[in-house]
Amino acid sequence: MGEFWEALRDPNYPFLRYALIAGALSSLCFGVIGSYVVARRITYIAAAISHSVLGGIGTAVYLRHAAGWSWCHPMLGALAAALLSALLIGVVSIAARQREDTVISAVWAVGMAVGLLLLAKTPGNIDAMSYLIGDIHYISRGDVVLVAVLDLLVLGTAWLFHNKFVAVCFDEEFAALRGVQAKLYYLLLLCLVALAVLSLVRIVGNVLVIALLTLPAAVAGQLTKRLWQMMTLASAICLTLIVAGLALSCAYDLLTGPTIILLAAVVYLIVAATRARA
Amino acid sequence: MSSQAAIYMSDVSFAYGATPVLEEVNLTVSRGEALCVVGPNGGGKTTLLKLILGLLRPNKGLIRVFGLPPRQARRKIGYMPQHVAHDPLFPITVEEVVLMGRLGAGGLGGRLGWYTSEDRAAAIEALRAVGMEGALRWPMASLSGGQRQRVLLARAICTQPELLLLDEPTANVDTLAETQLFDLLAQLNRRMTILMVTHDLGFVTHLVEKVICVNRQVVVHPTSQLTGQTIRHLYGGEVRLVEHHHSLVESAGGGDG
Repeated sequence: MGEFWEALRDPNYPFLRYALIAGALSSLCFGVIGSYVVARRITYIAAAISHSVLGGIGTAVYLRHAAGWSWCHPMLGALAAALLSALLIGVVSIAARQREDTVISAVWAVGMAVGLLLLAKTPGNIDAMSYLIGDIHYISRGDVVLVAVLDLLVLGTAWLFHNKFVAVCFDEEFAALRGVQAKLYYLLLLCLVALAVLSLVRIVGNVLVIALLTLPAAVAGQLTKRLWQMMTLASAICLTLIVAGLALSCAYDLLTGPTIILLAAVVYLIVAATRARA
Repeated sequence: MSSQAAIYMSDVSFAYGATPVLEEVNLTVSRGEALCVVGPNGGGKTTLLKLILGLLRPNKGLIRVFGLPPRQARRKIGYMPQHVAHDPLFPITVEEVVLMGRLGAGGLGGRLGWYTSEDRAAAIEALRAVGMEGALRWPMASLSGGQRQRVLLARAICTQPELLLLDEPTANVDTLAETQLFDLLAQLNRRMTILMVTHDLGFVTHLVEKVICVNRQVVVHPTSQLTGQTIRHLYGGEVRLVEHHHSLVESAGGGDG
């Protein structure tokens, strides 16, 4: 662990500090949004959204080179793809409940296919793997700013409308009867999921991010009775996992994203096994 | 006339796709009445409630609730569903569930869904009415089926409605709680109109003035001249009567779903 704290102070590794800050900030909105996602049982929707992000990244990277759009940042493409797929899945699930799962799988796979295709067609040496499982070496100061902005947006919205989100997640029909725009809040929640997913794509990648969104919340859900308690604990667990994952991967020269995810899985299994015995 | 009635339905028909569920329903419920809805499973009882709530739109006919289209009258209605659709393990306390009845109020706080101290007081009052005030901070996941139903009833009461719609309020309730529930409903009926779906007709006969029999068609029967002894007989009689109407519809050319 000593190496980790030394590396954090080393001016040659600024990305490690950025990763730590971005991870710490993200863990707040991951705890909050992850708890909504787990409580409302829409982890598969969150997974589809996060996978489709690659399509946006691939498109942005391709256009940047092929069309010479230097402003077309990969994260901009990721943002567009995440919001688009969130709205697409949301609207389909509201309009035609029985075909929801088909659309989710389609969005999931088409997003990945578009991304992989366009990344491969882009001149230069672009490693798709760095987007799939994350690569902290690419994290810049700009990414930290982006994560902070996403964090503010997500947490601010959740704080303002928490009671309505709880009502819509628990009993959508009753919420609608009380005059709450239940469908609108459901779509808003899916958009918040999209924004939350973006904030950690850089560190753990768009394939692995879903585990970090749901596993800490799943652990917290077994230990708490109320949603806000679940959110607080999930954030703390997420933060611990990211810090521990960064330290471990740094000390033993491991891939950071997979290390964090495996730690999350171990914690989940331990808590689940303990609870099952109790 | 329709503006005076709590519920007014004229020639209402509803079908799920090609399957007719309710046909040519004519129903008028006056303010202050208490009625119960009986009929076989799949006969359209819950569909009737959902039409009154505006959750479903009729294919044909007119529905007015306190003279308004159902969707506009929603805030005057307190609804207790039979179940809550989602997760029995959802991390939520009894208080938070009952407070949902206070959602949708005006003002900035109301628009954001923030609860006031008045809302919290109303929630406690509603829980006291159903005898669950001690469970305020309990997680919903720890409650029995009957306790959950009482919390959902408290949530409906907490909306301070003019019309109370209850879907199977006695389904998981034991005999002692049933007596308390009966007293509560009688007391609430002084302030509001009550419509409840139930299989337990004996329980409500002293409370309700009319029974609404639903089996694709809707027939209303008064209970005022009846004694407790004849209820069971009536219930069987009603079902046969409804089946009789059902066969009439078919022989008159109404297609079978």
